[in-house]
Amino acid sequence: MAAEPWQRYEIPGPIKAAVIKNPEMVSILLKKAKKPVFIVGHEAAEIDLGGKKPIDHIIRIARATNIPVVTTAHTMAEFLKSGFKPAASMTSMDIGNRLTDPEWSVSGEDDPHDLALILGMTYYVGFVIEAGLKSFAFNHLKTVSLDRYYQPHCNWSFPNLSIEEWDRHLTIIAQEIEKK
Amino acid sequence: MKKARFKVDELESDIFKITGLEATVGNFYEEWEETPGPTPMPDISTFRDWDRILLNKYKPFYLPLCDLCCLCTMGKCDLSKGKKGACGLDMAAQQSRIVLLSCAIGAATHAGHGRHMVEELISKFGSDYPLDVGGLSVLVEAPHTRLVTGIKPRTLGDLEDVLDYVEKEITHLLSCCHTGQEGDNLDFESKAFHAGMIDHVGMEVCDLAQISAFDFPKADPEASLVDIGIGSIDTSKPVILVIGHNVPPAAAIFDYMEDSGLEDSIELTGICCTALDLTRYTNKAKIAGPLSHQLRFIRSGIADVIVVDEQCIRADILDEAKKVNAPLISTNYKNFQGLPNRTNDPIDEIVSDLVEGRSPGVVILDSDKAGEAAVRIAMGVFPKRKKLGIIPEEGEIIEYAMKCTKCLSCQRVCPNYLPLPEAMEAAANGNLQPLSDLYESCIGCVRCEGEGVCPNNLKLHSMIIGASRSKIKDEKFKVRVGRGAISDTEIRRVGGPIVMGEIPGVIGIVGCSNYPGSWKDNAIMIEEFLKRRFIVTTTGCAAMNIGMYKNEDGLSLYEAYSGAFDAGGLVNCGSCVSNPHISGAAIKIASIFAKRKLNSNYEEIADYIHNRVGAVGISWGAMSQKASSIASGFWRLGIPIIVGPHGSKYRRALLGRKDKDEDWYTIDARTGKRVYTGPAPEHLFISVETKEEAMTLIPKLCIRPNDTTKGRSIKLNHYIDLHKRFYGAMPDDIQLFVRTMADIPITMKDEILEILKEKDWKESEVPAPDPTLLPRLVRKRGG
Repeated sequence: MAAEPWQRYEIPGPIKAAVIKNPEMVSILLKKAKKPVFIVGHEAAEIDLGGKKPIDHIIRIARATNIPVVTTAHTMAEFLKSGFKPAASMTSMDIGNRLTDPEWSVSGEDDPHDLALILGMTYYVGFVIEAGLKSFAFNHLKTVSLDRYYQPHCNWSFPNLSIEEWDRHLTIIAQEIEKK
Repeated sequence: MKKARFKVDELESDIFKITGLEATVGNFYEEWEETPGPTPMPDISTFRDWDRILLNKYKPFYLPLCDLCCLCTMGKCDLSKGKKGACGLDMAAQQSRIVLLSCAIGAATHAGHGRHMVEELISKFGSDYPLDVGGLSVLVEAPHTRLVTGIKPRTLGDLEDVLDYVEKEITHLLSCCHTGQEGDNLDFESKAFHAGMIDHVGMEVCDLAQISAFDFPKADPEASLVDIGIGSIDTSKPVILVIGHNVPPAAAIFDYMEDSGLEDSIELTGICCTALDLTRYTNKAKIAGPLSHQLRFIRSGIADVIVVDEQCIRADILDEAKKVNAPLISTNYKNFQGLPNRTNDPIDEIVSDLVEGRSPGVVILDSDKAGEAAVRIAMGVFPKRKKLGIIPEEGEIIEYAMKCTKCLSCQRVCPNYLPLPEAMEAAANGNLQPLSDLYESCIGCVRCEGEGVCPNNLKLHSMIIGASRSKIKDEKFKVRVGRGAISDTEIRRVGGPIVMGEIPGVIGIVGCSNYPGSWKDNAIMIEEFLKRRFIVTTTGCAAMNIGMYKNEDGLSLYEAYSGAFDAGGLVNCGSCVSNPHISGAAIKIASIFAKRKLNSNYEEIADYIHNRVGAVGISWGAMSQKASSIASGFWRLGIPIIVGPHGSKYRRALLGRKDKDEDWYTIDARTGKRVYTGPAPEHLFISVETKEEAMTLIPKLCIRPNDTTKGRSIKLNHYIDLHKRFYGAMPDDIQLFVRTMADIPITMKDEILEILKEKDWKESEVPAPDPTLLPRLVRKRGG
């Protein structure tokens, strides 16, 4: 599907996300990043990918890269059920706000984050939070939407995908990362 | 208010002679027992410092809904990534300007409603008509008006003077939104707070006037229960539907029905706040539902006449009314709908034109005339219309669904991206259940039916309603009539337990029906906190939706819980303009229980509330500009507000940073020393995504620096218990809220002690300060 906002009327502005055509690209971005963070919303634990859920991919990616996972809403419970402990849990507003702070990191001790992978927030909530990051964190942070639908305010985003394509893309990212 | 009157029988001088002169000069407000405080009739600048104190703790996080500014002809301007517009405004200032604009619109809407109401009531009852909102049990009848303006209103006429002040402030606030005015985002935010404060005064005026003049329930915890839901309406009778917020025309309809002996022959029902207020006038009226029920009710054909006043009425109501041959009467100049103004025409002609279908609708700006016309037209058109509706039958739905191409357009324009294509696929195969499952989550906006959205022009909203016929038939619930104010007696009884934290919190659940999921989520959330003995207050569409749910015993929450302002009470204050009774209860706790000066003493009262009164507002379906100004009135009092996910589109949150210790110091008024009191409350305005998240946040946002150890222990117990239930683990911030060992909930002691040890927690040196954010309130200077 085309790179246009999934919700038709969520029109951003002149600057729009570059489309991730090859999922391998995400593993390259991750490799280049000094301090990435993975933001995971509740839809990652709700959407059925044919017997598995997006958080299964996320756990694979996080385990292979040691990228800290910050869960929003009540998503943490699903990770814990899968035997994975996220680095932090907070509201999507809180994590968005903290990412605009060039001195903040999840651990509170390391360098600030320079790359945020985002997946699973309510579409229109992700839309406005990513717009906030675009305008108030652009000096220090790049953003990548791994949602099923195109999120125009990120630096990079998947286009609108079918469930099957999305599952395949997430699988490829996990495989690429596990290879390295 | 008093006026100076003098009379001269005869006065003669060298150059003139006066006989029989009587004159009245000026307005003199009767002094009340309290001397005025420091800030009578505050202007935009008066509380700028207080606002900055709050905004320093709760910094704005901006959420641009669009990167562009489109307000002037130098634009459009792209403000993203640090750019400024042609006028010099940056993104932060632009977003805060929109927040101010929204709050000013909201405040103007309530104030305009108030002016309309007061003028009409004065014309009927006279300006000396006394205000009475609860007799001797409500001696602090107007907490906001007294606190902000210093006026103690006694009559309808006094309210005009309060409105003069309100309107002046709104004009100034609106002017600040013009190009080339304010440039600083925090000053815009402060002005938005001012709009909110003014809004609560304007709303209070409106409700004081209508409670007094229409003899609504007066602080009555046992106000009657009335019917709500489309299924509760007797469709064998003529039905008059009222929509909006200004109740006088609806009251006039009932008066005419009663005078004509027709009160049992016609069903009088309503949608939105006019309906709520109508049930405060007569318990024979029924509520069809909240805002989201407008189109489903009209399209069902049940209404024989539709009468609209102001606010939250669909802009295409005339088109929809025409489809079902229901005449439309507009009763308010804010909403002409392009119809001819027939106010001065003979009523027989108006009735004849509408009954005979010569005109689809009229404007009648006289409430009594509109009331008579509505009744006579309903009686006239009832046998002709035969309840013409446009909701498809089962066979038609299946036939239409077969035309669906699964292009996904409908889902992509739906605010909640409801899975319409999947439901259509099932319907095409004869299974209407998935369509019916969308009934409670559909907000009735009909964007899915917009021109050019569906390639086959399918009327999806109507199909959802058609698939939900049995559900609608069973839509019969009970809601308690809005009781108005919280009585002084109740405040005296619960003030102590609230301030000490032993009643774990006061929740105000208010606002519109723009829910992210089922409307029942409102009730499910609230039932949890009623069981936990919180005090729950409510107004507006939220109050209706809470009623549209049955618990496991088959009772609505209004039937299951007391209407008293007490632990475990569910208090329906009334319509949108009844919100100041909720914020007013917090003011009255400071004034009546703590005996802080009320007269023109806003800052001190807000400081008291922020540090001591564990109150939190939640507006799960907030949609309107009015909702933003209502929220803003709570913000300036330091009361946190949670909104549902759609509330993120208000373009900014006000968030604390619990990881920054330096943000969470208050002053101990006893010693003047700065004391760490933790992130209590953590946020001032936040949008959350799931009801589970909201339910965990509610008890946490009720924590206040002033909690006693017992109170803090109770609040922590609720917070931790819900966190464990929904998040599957202990929260990671317990150490920030435990001040001493005595704060620890006894049943969780071992778990918490382990966490405290891990976090290197140390007991607070001053666990129970007299907390304030205002240095001037320090009684003794110290380090």
